[in-house]
Amino acid sequence: MILTMAQAINQALAQEMERDDRIIVLGEDVGRDGGVFRATEGLFDKFGAERVVDTPLAESAIIGAAVGMAALGLRPVPEIQFLGFIYPAFNQIVSHVARMRNRTRGRFIAPLTIRAPYGAGVKALEHHSESTEALFCQIPGLTVVVPSSPYDAKGLLTASLRSDDPVIFLEPTKLYRAEKQEVPEEAYEVPLRKAAVVREGRDLTIIAWGAMIPVARQAAEAAQAEGVSVEVIDLRTLSPMDRETIVASVKRTGRALVVHEAPKTCGLGAEIAATIGESALLSLSGPVTRVTGPDITVPLPKSEDHYYPSPERVLAAIRGLMEY
Amino acid sequence: MIERFDPLQGARLQVLDEAGEPGAGLDPGLPEAALRAMYEAMARTRAADAKAIKLQRQGRLGTYPPSRGHEACQVGLASAMDRGDWFFPYFRDLGMYITLGYPLADHFHLWMGNEAGQRTPDELNIFPIAIPVGSQIPQAVGAGMAAKYRKLPIAVVTTFGDGATSEGDFHEGLNFAGVFRTPNVFVCLNNQFAISMPRERQTASATIAQKAVAYGFPGVQVDGNDVLAVYAAAREALANARAGGGPTLIEAFTYRMGDHTTSDDAGRYRAKEEVLEWERKDPLLRFRLYLGRKGLWNEAYEKTVQEEAAAFVEKAVADAEARPPATPEDLFSYTYGTMPPDLMAQLEALKASLAGGRP
Repeated sequence: MILTMAQAINQALAQEMERDDRIIVLGEDVGRDGGVFRATEGLFDKFGAERVVDTPLAESAIIGAAVGMAALGLRPVPEIQFLGFIYPAFNQIVSHVARMRNRTRGRFIAPLTIRAPYGAGVKALEHHSESTEALFCQIPGLTVVVPSSPYDAKGLLTASLRSDDPVIFLEPTKLYRAEKQEVPEEAYEVPLRKAAVVREGRDLTIIAWGAMIPVARQAAEAAQAEGVSVEVIDLRTLSPMDRETIVASVKRTGRALVVHEAPKTCGLGAEIAATIGESALLSLSGPVTRVTGPDITVPLPKSEDHYYPSPERVLAAIRGLMEY
Repeated sequence: MIERFDPLQGARLQVLDEAGEPGAGLDPGLPEAALRAMYEAMARTRAADAKAIKLQRQGRLGTYPPSRGHEACQVGLASAMDRGDWFFPYFRDLGMYITLGYPLADHFHLWMGNEAGQRTPDELNIFPIAIPVGSQIPQAVGAGMAAKYRKLPIAVVTTFGDGATSEGDFHEGLNFAGVFRTPNVFVCLNNQFAISMPRERQTASATIAQKAVAYGFPGVQVDGNDVLAVYAAAREALANARAGGGPTLIEAFTYRMGDHTTSDDAGRYRAKEEVLEWERKDPLLRFRLYLGRKGLWNEAYEKTVQEEAAAFVEKAVADAEARPPATPEDLFSYTYGTMPPDLMAQLEALKASLAGGRP
């Protein structure tokens, strides 16, 4: 089937709900309306109001209620309408979801898959475009997943729904309908904690995820025309991170470039750079370089192109690293 | 019974007056064995609480939130629960744990600083303590939603203090409960203080119970130093919840006789006279007077109860202190279902460091 990412996510939810009646979808406008991005479209009619729960507008209670549902053996899939609105639920996520298994020594778990659209590129209002994924990567116990294609979205979401660990599943809004791809009809898993080499190359490794994958690929194609062979790694699971794939690639290419939408300081690029420094220092021909959002508040849509990494900025960084 | 005590009219449910005399038609008529069991649980709770404070002063137990004064709330509520019901506690619930049969040694083990003490035995439906104030409330509601979905005829109880009613999670949770008509019983132990802040500084509403009205379900204020009042209100609210009648908010009006925690000094913010006044309303004293009226209490019985409580507590302390400390594996093994390579490496590094090797 040829599907968009939104359709692939919808299919994963429908198939897993069919397979496992412990899965409950809950959130704002997820039922009758099918979600503001239509990711839950049709689920309400298929599974009913008991399993696709339209909740009051209250992020903390959406996640808190999901924690309590898990206590009674359910596997809730809360949706936060935009990542920029997750902060009222941060207490529940950090103080309970992430540590439930640990603080009860395994008596209780919180196998939630918390879905949230995130990132820029759809000219949305303030608070709708931020990339705060690194906030979650700092919290032990959480698995942070970002798909970059319809195929991965379905497989990663399926794996997340089947995982006993809580997953923050971030869906890049820009990619919901950006491309269509052949996606198998039957259910399948794309393994968590495993990065993918989405483009092979010899001279330089780009590490990126989500909506930065198409940007990295474009820059890689442009570099190819200049005779530079660029490898692109899609991290897919940001935490726990697949350091092995990053280090193996950088040891081969000798150059590393991290591309992310989030602000530079304490962004995930810093952790990746430190990892490469710890494990591949002597293979490097130049410093680990970062192309990121600047350390400013995300601008409103008229100025957002100044903020987000573009293929041109990535290409300039590739050139800089090659000439180092 | 609950509907007869409208908080908006300033009514408060009290079964026993301060002399232990039951009001006309209010005595829940519990069998003698049940009454004795409640009194013995209250005595155990008080003894365990005093012991915990002593252990903290001796450096054998960490920071601890004393429960004295709350025994009627805790034992009355827990005694009304069924085995299948769920409990989402806050951090000042010693009498709930003791009455519900949570091993006291485990509970002490937790306050001594060990996560293993919070591994609820499989046969008990008790969630871990919520330290972030009020965060357990929406969780209890979610459990109620799950019970409804799974068609389980159970109720879900959650406790919290008066301070928690200022938190957003109180509003969000009770609002959800009203909308979804969940089988929840919310019990606010209004002990007049959130650390130093008096109840009047938490809310301008005359009672906490009346807040339920705005959420579309009943609320009732009960005398929290009257174990039979708490029991009667809880029994009715729980039965209603199990039968699909929706949630109830119970405000147990009581007083925190001790400090907020062993790190606090309540003398900084409240008058001795006020505390002495509440001493006269002591929940154990009142219930003892009632039992005496019924011929169920005398000095000999009291001696047995105290001795049994002391032995119960001493055994729990000995058991808790005999537990082995957590190993590095314990600390790392429950972060994820399967340990990621990063954590394995960090665990090995910790073990090597503990063994005196290079970190």
